[in-house]
Amino acid sequence: MNRAGWIFLGLLFVALPLSLLAGRVWIDPATTPNAAVILAELRLPRALLAVTVGAGLGAAGAAMQGYLRNPLADPGLFGIAPGAALGAVASFWFGPILGIWAASVWLLPAFALVGAAGAMGLLALIAGRTGGIALFTLAGMMIASLAGALTSLAISFAPNAFAMSEIVTWLMGALTDRSWREVCLAAPLTLAGIACFWIVRRDLDALILGDAAARSLGMRPEILQAWLIAGVGFTVGSGVAVAGILGFVGLIVPHLVRPLTDRKPSSLIVPSALAGALLVLVADSIVRILPTVTELRLGIALSLVGAPFFLWLLLRMRRGSAGQLA
Amino acid sequence: MTLSAQEVALDGRLAGVTATLDTGAITAICGPNGAGKSTLLSVLAGLLMPDSGTVELDGMALASLHPRARAKRMGYLPQEPVIAWDVAVRRLVALGRLPHRDRGDVQIDAAMKALDLTEFAGHPVSRLSGGERARVLLARVLSGEPDWILADEPLAALDLGHRLGLLRHLRREADKGRGVVLVLHDLSLAMNHADRVLVLDEGRLAADGPAADALAAKVIERVWSVSTRWIGDPGARALVSG
Repeated sequence: MNRAGWIFLGLLFVALPLSLLAGRVWIDPATTPNAAVILAELRLPRALLAVTVGAGLGAAGAAMQGYLRNPLADPGLFGIAPGAALGAVASFWFGPILGIWAASVWLLPAFALVGAAGAMGLLALIAGRTGGIALFTLAGMMIASLAGALTSLAISFAPNAFAMSEIVTWLMGALTDRSWREVCLAAPLTLAGIACFWIVRRDLDALILGDAAARSLGMRPEILQAWLIAGVGFTVGSGVAVAGILGFVGLIVPHLVRPLTDRKPSSLIVPSALAGALLVLVADSIVRILPTVTELRLGIALSLVGAPFFLWLLLRMRRGSAGQLA
Repeated sequence: MTLSAQEVALDGRLAGVTATLDTGAITAICGPNGAGKSTLLSVLAGLLMPDSGTVELDGMALASLHPRARAKRMGYLPQEPVIAWDVAVRRLVALGRLPHRDRGDVQIDAAMKALDLTEFAGHPVSRLSGGERARVLLARVLSGEPDWILADEPLAALDLGHRLGLLRHLRREADKGRGVVLVLHDLSLAMNHADRVLVLDEGRLAADGPAADALAAKVIERVWSVSTRWIGDPGARALVSG
């Protein structure tokens, strides 16, 4: 692992215990009643879920920016997150129809994963044959737009105001009231996704030289694309399934990591996973501490930080070329 | 070692080109715009599959080679000098070792030394001039130690001094036994520096042979529809109109 990886791993080891103690009510393991139960059943799964989801989004962002050679690329742009969100929203609709499953806690994550898989399949079907980057991007944007429209449609036809409020709140993204179940669902899928990115790290490096030179170095575009679709599907799909939509993590994190590395896409994957984990963990701890009437949704907090960052990035791009960006 | 195209045709851009190239020489591919030069180079590099005909590397079909095995033997330098991220010079040169999946420190150092880049090792590529970048990209190809160097207009964006410098490096590689194939627009450079010239016209081979024959004034008139003549001594010739 490179220097950036060790730095973010070290910070994560510091942040994790702190986040377990942090909250509207700070826990003192020695004096707080039922501290062990609160830590084991509430705080620890929530912290590990933040680490898992953040790691997946960070690694996916690094891989997609490397693939598209664009510092503005975000895994959310490619239809898989909106596809998963559509699946989740559909679960609010189909739950009652499925009867016995309605009460199942697995219903929403399962539907979200089906939505992510559907978006992945569609992306592979449209863009996979040629392996072209432009077609991939356009197909991803089309799927994102379609899934977004269908999600809005589902919300507008919500059976009642309570269901509508439930859907909209869920879409904002949060880690409130999550348990070990969600960790067990997301962690293996996220690890599988990061492994997909790791497998194609050399191909992402070859793309520094452009598509033709990368192919001359043995990169096979259609195979690279298949691994990336699987990787984004596993990381982002499972992230949305357990936490809703958390924007901007995949965009911001590679920029924080890049100056600490040699800037090759392969050097960013693992450190971006660790930095993404750190960012979501810290952000989730902060929203717990903030003295708001109801807890600020994590997705909103990340967007509030992410949007100005995006603007700063655009202003920097105006001053220099994309390739010279952090 | 030979690289041969047999009756290669592709999508109207190439219409049955046959040529066998040898290592140890510089071969230039010349022709008017749209003649199929870059397409032929991409086909020879194994990056484009011809609709008909075959490309063979030492008698073996290029298409049958695994992309990584092919990449170890064929070094390709595209026309556009793309460098997506601002990596350090040595890291960029090291990308040539990707097909080998090793660190290749010896080969990287040798390639950097051959192109006088050792002092730039830690510099970000964004800080280099156009000429220095061209040398870095060539060093990237050399670090992979390919048998063949195929470069598409490698001199187009360079000033005279850098052009001659890069050609000197390419000549040295040809003398070491590598095959060097260049797409060149500048006929004077082809005349003075190539051992052999392939002239393409509308996807067909219009001339093939030593530079003095393949770029004779009558060939230029036939292919480019321009009346010209060569002046100067062999090795330092210039093309003038009329």
